[in-house]
Amino acid sequence: MASIINLKVNGKTQEHLIPDAMLLVDFLRDRLGLTGTKQGCDGGECGACTVLVDGRQRLSCVTLAKSVAGKTVETIESIETKGRLSRLQAAFHEKLGTQCGFCTPGMIMAAESLLRKNPAPERDEIKEALSGNLCRCTGYVKIIESVEAAILTGEQA
Amino acid sequence: MNKPLKTNGVGARTPLIDGVEKVRGAAKYTADLAIDGAYVGRILRSPYSHAEIINVDTSRAEALEGVIAVVTGKDSPIPYGIVPIAQNEYPMAQEKVRYRGEPIAAVAAVDAATAEAALELIELTVRELPGYYTARESRAPDAVQIHENKPGNLERDVHNSFGDVEDGFRQSDLVVEDEFHCEEVTHAHMEPHAAIAEYHPERDHLTFHSVTQVPYYVHLMLAQCMQMPQSRIRVIKPFVGGGFGARTETLNFELICGILARAARGRVRMVLTREETFLTHRGRPAADVRLKLGLSKTGKIMAVKAEMDQYGGAYGGYGIVTILYAGALLNALYDIPAVHYDGYRVYTNTPPCGAMRGHGTVDIRHAFDTILNRMARELGLDPLEVRRINLMQTPTETPNGLMVTSYGLPEALDWVEKASGWKERYGKLPKGRGLGIGCSHFVSGAAKPVQWTGQPDAVVNLKLDFDGGITILTGAAEIGQGSSTIVAQVVAEVLGLDYSRLRVIASDSAITPRDMGSYSSRVTYMVGNATLHAAEKLKARLIRAAATALETEPENIECCGETYRVIDSQDKGIPFDKVVQTALIDHGAITERGTFTVPKEFQGGKHRGGAVGSTMGFSYAAQVVEVVVDEDTGEITVEKVWVAHDCGYALNPLSVEGQVQGAIWMGMGQAMMEATRFHKGLPLHANFIDYSFPTMMDSPDIEVFIVESMDPNGPFGAKEASEGGLAGFLPALAEAVSDAIGVEINDMPITPDKVLDALTRKRRQAQRKRVSA
Repeated sequence: MASIINLKVNGKTQEHLIPDAMLLVDFLRDRLGLTGTKQGCDGGECGACTVLVDGRQRLSCVTLAKSVAGKTVETIESIETKGRLSRLQAAFHEKLGTQCGFCTPGMIMAAESLLRKNPAPERDEIKEALSGNLCRCTGYVKIIESVEAAILTGEQA
Repeated sequence: MNKPLKTNGVGARTPLIDGVEKVRGAAKYTADLAIDGAYVGRILRSPYSHAEIINVDTSRAEALEGVIAVVTGKDSPIPYGIVPIAQNEYPMAQEKVRYRGEPIAAVAAVDAATAEAALELIELTVRELPGYYTARESRAPDAVQIHENKPGNLERDVHNSFGDVEDGFRQSDLVVEDEFHCEEVTHAHMEPHAAIAEYHPERDHLTFHSVTQVPYYVHLMLAQCMQMPQSRIRVIKPFVGGGFGARTETLNFELICGILARAARGRVRMVLTREETFLTHRGRPAADVRLKLGLSKTGKIMAVKAEMDQYGGAYGGYGIVTILYAGALLNALYDIPAVHYDGYRVYTNTPPCGAMRGHGTVDIRHAFDTILNRMARELGLDPLEVRRINLMQTPTETPNGLMVTSYGLPEALDWVEKASGWKERYGKLPKGRGLGIGCSHFVSGAAKPVQWTGQPDAVVNLKLDFDGGITILTGAAEIGQGSSTIVAQVVAEVLGLDYSRLRVIASDSAITPRDMGSYSSRVTYMVGNATLHAAEKLKARLIRAAATALETEPENIECCGETYRVIDSQDKGIPFDKVVQTALIDHGAITERGTFTVPKEFQGGKHRGGAVGSTMGFSYAAQVVEVVVDEDTGEITVEKVWVAHDCGYALNPLSVEGQVQGAIWMGMGQAMMEATRFHKGLPLHANFIDYSFPTMMDSPDIEVFIVESMDPNGPFGAKEASEGGLAGFLPALAEAVSDAIGVEINDMPITPDKVLDALTRKRRQAQRKRVSA
């Protein structure tokens, strides 16, 4: 079975005929070419595919594309403005919150979701919010430092 | 003298040169590449641990509409493997399958659904054989041979003795022997395996993209298994989402993808699931270690004797190297006069093991340092002080022929002692809280590569043309560890330029010089040195050009990065672009080539296998781990790690910290929770829930202190930073648990059930003592 869905992805309205079983991650990557969203596991285990749906974090690898019809989806490609890195992106770059980079888009989107809800989280709150996003390179130390640096940037702005 | 402006040179905390692409989501990994008209490749894997293949009938699959090609072992009759003398693996199984998950056949189809449907139509007829999953089962006298030419299911046994071990034990005041079991662990890099093969039928050429750490090996093995001239193959490595050793060897899916593309006369995209990525494995083998250590009453190590069984999995892979590494690197950390080692690499009916961060050294280091910690306590000595007593006098050559020319372990011990408050706190913390120490080391590149060609270990080309931009061409594989950043920093340093004039093109066999890739922590040392050589040659050439332009001799010219001028003159000099224009006259585009070759005297002992473990520079690390242990649940929380790592000189301190933290944390995963698990060869762990490693919630602060011992041969004094610290975590954790709750646990990982079991045993022993008293 297939359905036509309307939704907004990264500010742009989309209308697509898709199979009902199509996952959001495949819709984003294969239909829209938004390959910044990664698939690191076979479903719901690693967080690499994290995107925002109506501003809240969602695992796009266990979300049917059909289920986000009428909603707003944001991916890693959307969070820089006019060619300037977002404060989280800049901090992850400058503080080495990214090594191989594969978990990075999902990690940044999960952190983005956290900071929208809670602009000044404590370290424990950061750890809790990002604990569903796995990273195998960093030991997480510099990821936490990156999020904290981004928070400081936000406070100064 | 005016020093050139420091920009992105060495010693600076520099973000990764390719970091912006990663945070923007713009970095293209293999599965992200848009390949028009690619077929989907899927692999049929063995449901049996050990079986003779009687027939593989693909006729129904071939007849399915939308199937383009089906290939089997018949299409892949040439063996491959990382060690040239031990190649016994085939891209797809031949007469036998030897582990569950081994590829048997593969399909290229117009879409995934068709490819998967076709796999279901392949009929497999086999005769099952008994499967063996531990070294003990495989080595049993009546066990069926897994490989025809490997009696006793032994891949390799190693017996090395240096110094008089028995005399050493006789001279010892305390001798302790114990047994350790470490579970098998795996890399679990975040990016699942993927490859794209583009076969060009009109030219009989193959363009190949993959997730590899060593594109050169993939190139060689594709040529070998496809019986295709190397000149018709181009291998490109896009962004790679981690490796940790898994992707050092050429992997079966890469070869299958190439074979399938040629059979399909087109393009094949193969993206493996996470489960398949686990099945491809190549991780650290499960190991049984028996280790005997002799100490004098002052704590001096007199002798060590170790025996190790590694459960290697179904194929040779890196096995010989891994079992040799374990013995070789018993040496070169502490001063040990006598070392005896017996190593047994055993075949089992499980996915093949291979190289994993800290290759070969980790489990045996756990056994050694754990026994050392306990013996120190038994002698009434401080475990940290015992390490000071056993420091090497360097430079030195170890009894097994390893050269140690820089040695930052003394300073590393000093720092962790002070930073952790060791003297005031070890052995004195309240019950439930403890400290432990461990030390470890690793090579900065294997001195002798497994593929010997007589070529330099590393070649780097610098291209400079009319535009005044310098393109650094390297075969070094950037896999997230920062190799492209390091080469850019070296060029920036030598030429006094910032990144705006530099670009790095890495790992494209059509463009970049051959390189051995990213394994054994070789890139900073070897490729760094080759880059340094190339940059110095380019600088000399530019100085000559500036001398011509300024009508003087080269020795009078000073390079100030963006300008070149006469030394000590009031003259402003001439800009870089002008120097380049002059250099190009009558010559055109410039390519300067730098090379690096490890001299023979660093290539290890003369005994059989003596090259393994040899290197020009060992890194050294000491670490103290602080834990809290809950005696009711057995749960261990690591609160803090202090680690001092001797990387010679930190070309990029930011990167060194990141690498060291990652290594310590990976050691923590192995020490606390990671283990593959099989039921009759069926993997029970092939996902991130069942193979769990630490999340952010489980992960402590890891404070890194960089020790700079200034290696005499490393680039600017640098050595490796990303492997040496891992092994020390395991014994440090075991000691910290002992310090916290007074139980000794040998086996890894130390899970809550092992803690509770140990506490129960301790209580029963105490009761028995009370009863007998």
